[in-house]
Amino acid sequence: MIVELGHFALILALLLAMVQASVPLLGAARRKAGWMTLGQSTAVAQFVLVSLAFAALINAYVTSDFSVANVAENSHSTKPLLYKITGVWGNHEGSMMLWVFILSLFGAAVAWFGDNLPPTLRARVLAVQGMIGTGFLLFILLTSDPFHRLVPAPLDGRGLNPVLQDPGLAFHPPFLYLGYVGFSVAFSFAVAALIEGRVDAAWARWVRPWTLAAWCALTVGIAMGSWWAYYTLGWGGWWFWDPVENASFMPWLVGTALLHSAIVVEKRDALKSWTILLAIVTFSLSLVGTFLVRSGVLTSVHAFAVDPARGTFILLLLLVAIGGSLALYAARAPRLKSGGIFAPISREGALVLNNLLLCTGCATVFLGTLYPLFSDAVGGPKLSVGFPFFNRTFVPLMVPVLIAVAIGPLLAWKRGDLAAALQRLWLALAGTVAAVLIGFYVTGGGPVLAVLGLGLAAWVLLAAAVEWAERIRLLRAPWRESWRRARSLPRAAHGMTLAHMGLAITVAGIAASAWQQERIEVVAPGGTLAIAGYVLHLDGMTKLPGADFTADRASITVTRGGETVTVMHPEKRFFPLQQMATAMTAIHTNLLADLYVALGDSDGKGGWTVRAYWKPLVPWIWIGAVAMAAGGLVSLSDRRWRIGVAARARAPRGARPAE
Amino acid sequence: MRRLAAAVLLLLLAGGIARAVEPGERLADPALEARARAIGKELRCLVCQNESIDDSGADLAHDLRVLLRERLKAGDSDRQAIAYIVARYGQFVLLKPPVEPATYALWFGPPALLALAAIAIALRLRRRDTSAPPAPLSAEERRRLARLLDEGT
Repeated sequence: MIVELGHFALILALLLAMVQASVPLLGAARRKAGWMTLGQSTAVAQFVLVSLAFAALINAYVTSDFSVANVAENSHSTKPLLYKITGVWGNHEGSMMLWVFILSLFGAAVAWFGDNLPPTLRARVLAVQGMIGTGFLLFILLTSDPFHRLVPAPLDGRGLNPVLQDPGLAFHPPFLYLGYVGFSVAFSFAVAALIEGRVDAAWARWVRPWTLAAWCALTVGIAMGSWWAYYTLGWGGWWFWDPVENASFMPWLVGTALLHSAIVVEKRDALKSWTILLAIVTFSLSLVGTFLVRSGVLTSVHAFAVDPARGTFILLLLLVAIGGSLALYAARAPRLKSGGIFAPISREGALVLNNLLLCTGCATVFLGTLYPLFSDAVGGPKLSVGFPFFNRTFVPLMVPVLIAVAIGPLLAWKRGDLAAALQRLWLALAGTVAAVLIGFYVTGGGPVLAVLGLGLAAWVLLAAAVEWAERIRLLRAPWRESWRRARSLPRAAHGMTLAHMGLAITVAGIAASAWQQERIEVVAPGGTLAIAGYVLHLDGMTKLPGADFTADRASITVTRGGETVTVMHPEKRFFPLQQMATAMTAIHTNLLADLYVALGDSDGKGGWTVRAYWKPLVPWIWIGAVAMAAGGLVSLSDRRWRIGVAARARAPRGARPAE
Repeated sequence: MRRLAAAVLLLLLAGGIARAVEPGERLADPALEARARAIGKELRCLVCQNESIDDSGADLAHDLRVLLRERLKAGDSDRQAIAYIVARYGQFVLLKPPVEPATYALWFGPPALLALAAIAIALRLRRRDTSAPPAPLSAEERRRLARLLDEGT
């Protein structure tokens, strides 16, 4: 009964989405206030209805209602409660439910927090959100119904893939989708602005917090996925240039470009049509990402035909959403007048360079991800495009990005002075040179590219620190004065410093992976294995029963110079239901390096394969990503996003501290 | 299809369960083994998603690792060993696609795009630059201006 109510709520939500997609739009065109405000009530009602449907599905999982096909296929009565709930989005139908749930959440948020928007813009934004909602709700109801019943119901479910039985599933997909779907708001704002035919600084100020929020969520989501892979895979890889990863990385790259170009629109009234295009492309890539992961084209073009209805529907959806918005863009963008002019060497110029490189980087990832598909589709050779391609093409593009990210914030708007900026960065430059020299000395001339990578990280980190210190006149003015300046500095400025430093930390973590060490040996209880100055003693093995698995658990005492550092417990788990084994790795970190131990197979004679890795600076990859997202959040707390336009207009233009 | 339908990383995770490169497979000669590891990183485990045979735990990856080591032990050069495996499994096995007419668009696409975009931006900036501040006065104009100013005083 609850399941049917959920299904019914979803159908009602679809009908409301159709109303939301049309009536406010007409209302905005005819200036009918009542029609326009309908967008808000439908958005909120849609959120309530989709929440009800989603709750009904979660309830079916929690109560193990195996008469629901989706539950029977993906859950099992013996599963821990956490995995019963997270299992909801561990499959196609459920993850699409999560998608529309988050979409309706964002729609309702625009309705709630959009009080300072002009009524016509708010109505149009909500209408576009309604269109997206209509498309995805139709997709779920027509091709991916999670509420389908089974008669007769099976006694028990097929269970969740053991690899997914991890707390990572509780956070990774929701954050990823918050990012993907969050960009839908930027998209709706862009399309609404094209319909209105007006883009100004106020528009940029409204659209930026939404973009920023989505970007933060996507950053966290990608980092979590990478960390999940790291501790699950058993050899400590954290990025594979896998198509599914690339699908989330592409919107991130263009979203980052969007975040930066929107600053130019806000401050200088320039790059307007470019920013609109970026907003459209960012969400389009989110859609393409969903399509790539959901349709099955990635494994092969032929997997597409396994479920043609689904694939064709998504393709149609993409065509309408991307084609429609781009057509609108082509028709309306030429009319957007660009305001501020600027010299190539200027803050704007640096942001254009950032956009150029990030977008080319995204195009490179796009090409590498889809090339095997193109090649196959046109009858060319069957190809693989793996990490060697991306390392040779994408990574070089990011080097100038890192060099420029240090200089850009020190350039003035309109016309900057590169020599003066570099002069102010002498300390960062000296620090970078020192870091490279020390790097070469310590590693004995070690991998040149990795040492240079560390140098780049030092450059970005120090430059961000120098820029921040100069703004608050640290050490040049009395402490009290610096403190006062730090407090009066806009939060967005602090956020930028933090985010850029986070980037540097991540880059350092990536570069340092060149020095990882590895030992893979068969070790019998009582035996030892030495790595990076540590000695691992395999004390013994125990068999442990788990909720729906049995585990072989190793007890490994780690010593360094005779002193015990820690005791590690890597496990090998066997899931009888799925006849699958997974490895639970044990990681000991001191934040400068990880000691990573995974258990392999038993040799049948009492010995076990032990894989030990020493990974310097690897935690920094995720610490940096968290710092980037935190920087975004700090910037999001800036008061200028909250105050109305009128208040802003009254404030003197020179309110920002001089740079 | 069911595996694909799961969360973003599932595909990738499903392949490798901490079994990549077994101690038993290793060659006694460390130099030869190091070569095998380096080659193995650039060969794709054909049944996995973008995983190299060096990383993958799949049975096929194991077979390929053993095959690769046999070839190296038989005295093949790196190039010969790779060619041997490509001859049997096709180009699909190479994680780094070769540079050939069918992949020119792949390899040269990104630099070409960067160059085109940079040129487009440069042209635009220049056009805007010239339209922005009026052109400086020519020598003739400057003389005329001076004359007019002189007449004025």
